[in-house]
Amino acid sequence: MTDPVTLNQIQKDITENAIVLYMKGTPEAPQCGFSSLVVQILSHLKIPFKAINVLSDPNVRDGIKKFSNWPTIPQLYIHGEFIGGCDIVKEMYQCGELQALLKSKEIQAA
Amino acid sequence: MAIEAYEIQQLIQTAIPDATLHIEDLAGDGDHYAVHVTSATFVSKSRIQQHQMVYAALKGRVGEQLHALSIRTSLPPSYA
Repeated sequence: MTDPVTLNQIQKDITENAIVLYMKGTPEAPQCGFSSLVVQILSHLKIPFKAINVLSDPNVRDGIKKFSNWPTIPQLYIHGEFIGGCDIVKEMYQCGELQALLKSKEIQAA
Repeated sequence: MAIEAYEIQQLIQTAIPDATLHIEDLAGDGDHYAVHVTSATFVSKSRIQQHQMVYAALKGRVGEQLHALSIRTSLPPSYA
């Protein structure tokens, strides 16, 4: 059972930040290869994002899985919308779909 | 914790009977797999929904019993 406080916090974070990456570790020190890959893609595109380290809060780690109906980390949100995990983000990046999406949301490289 | 490739195959095949599967054991430890699922049931579903169908087929094992499952989904050539 995920507490409503956590779910509210998640809703708030993805609403208040254009891009949110739920990941294991930090962008500087990712603790998992899949999280690291998504950080690399976003960094390569020079896209600023808010990173949330799920390892620092077990409630968020569980909560985000329920919130998105998605069993794995990382998870990328853009403008409050769940984009996908590592495989989807990688696929979207490779075919240019991610870049197009960012452009359509008017998210600029920093 | 680990899972055999044939279990992954069975679970997906049961939930998505028309699925064509290609499973790769990435690290040889039964804990890191890549699966490519091709099915006509993915038609007009988003990528997220397609992956959710595969996760659902594996009944909660991903992220628990199975640490890493890389998923790729596609439609049969006749639909693409």
